[in-house]
Amino acid sequence: MTEEQILSELAEILNEVAGVEASKVSADKSFLDDLEVDSLSMVEVVMAAEDKFGVKIPDEEVKNLRTVQDAINFIVKAQ
Amino acid sequence: MSTRVAITGLGAITPIGANVNETWNNALAGNSGIVKLGDEWAEGLAAQIAGRVTQDPYEVLDRVQARRMDRSTQLGVIAAKEAWKDAGAPEIELERLGVHFGTGIGGLNTVIEQYEIMINRGADRVNPMTVPMIMPNSAAATVGLQFGARAGVHSPVSACATSAEAIAGGLEMIRNNKADVVIAGGTEACLNRLAVSAFAAMKALSTRNNEPEKASRPYDLARDGFVMGEGAGALILENENHAKARGAKIYGYLAGAGMSADGYHIAAPEPEGAGASRAINQALIDADLSSSDVAHINAHATSTPVGDIAEYKAMRRALGADLDQVLVTATKSLTGHLLGGAGAAESIFTILALANKQAPVTFNLENQDPKIPVNVSIKNKNQLPDNARVALNNSFGFGGHNVCLVFTN
Repeated sequence: MTEEQILSELAEILNEVAGVEASKVSADKSFLDDLEVDSLSMVEVVMAAEDKFGVKIPDEEVKNLRTVQDAINFIVKAQ
Repeated sequence: MSTRVAITGLGAITPIGANVNETWNNALAGNSGIVKLGDEWAEGLAAQIAGRVTQDPYEVLDRVQARRMDRSTQLGVIAAKEAWKDAGAPEIELERLGVHFGTGIGGLNTVIEQYEIMINRGADRVNPMTVPMIMPNSAAATVGLQFGARAGVHSPVSACATSAEAIAGGLEMIRNNKADVVIAGGTEACLNRLAVSAFAAMKALSTRNNEPEKASRPYDLARDGFVMGEGAGALILENENHAKARGAKIYGYLAGAGMSADGYHIAAPEPEGAGASRAINQALIDADLSSSDVAHINAHATSTPVGDIAEYKAMRRALGADLDQVLVTATKSLTGHLLGGAGAAESIFTILALANKQAPVTFNLENQDPKIPVNVSIKNKNQLPDNARVALNNSFGFGGHNVCLVFTN
């Protein structure tokens, strides 16, 4: 899956779980500060992403995922 | 002179309507909301009938908010929002806005759903919102957040007396000057295989599966148990001075409340109605009224063989010969038993009956039980006298909880 495809899938997950408008999701955005995804929502986003991309995102890794780009990088590496 | 508590807003979502207006019109017309449960999960159950809300909550709530609520909270929020809007969505100090909102069972649908996910997909797939969705105060907390209530958010739990107790709690909050406005009521949504099986195991439910509409028949000789229902009701209770100062529409007043406990059995009502009659007496004393003032009673009347008689005895003990002047109605004949939502939904019926001088119709009364000699509101015989100004709503719950609310206009 390309970075672009991952971004678009993540945008869909963020919309489904947290109601973030897909058009607002770009690689440079911070989950918490820009997209207002709180910590409980982030758990749900991570679970949905694990299902979608077939990867495992360990808890200790989640706190390093500050921006959407961080998540994309992790998923690309883990796939 | 103590504070008077006005009712300035009403909201409901029930098996006979998606809002107050629809629910009320069907209650007057005697249209039943009891249906056969066609779901796969209901197959083979002893009881396969229920009063079901047909409005899809996702059509009226924000999707993202709704997916973080158990169905019981969804229905509660829908009722609260309607009541709030009906009250004119007052702009008030949030420190003076309270919530008293309960549920008898809580988020059981979510418990079951997440349990299945845990078993089938693993413990690490359990939704992080599970706890806030299943905690018994979930509906109260969510309603509180919806409107930013900060005076205090409370959630009594007393089985089928829950939302009546919540309304009594709201009354006290305003009388004690803890709040000017309280959103009070309750909700229930536990039509699932576990809850229906569990109530059926108690032999509490009607098993008239082939005639759903005829199954809930309070006071009728052929009654064989209650019919489960789901739904919610919400009242906006408001300090009368506060309501008048902002020019609010006033439906009537919550004049008093009485609460007692049977101290008898975890599920069965005390058969002589002693505990329940004390709740009725206390409510009248609290309202500074007497039995001769009462024109109408919305009875708890669940359609169980024992419960309906115990309540009759309680009413007779409390009101004596004055009971013969009262028009009694049993709305569970139409809605089924909304459990934690019942007291609130039936309070709305009571308030509207006084306001319109017309009581909801008791359905399925074909052969009235001679052990329950009361005047029952039935089709074309549901008018209240023009001077009717006091009505009671009874609610009782497993555990021996008894609540009586007094409404006036």
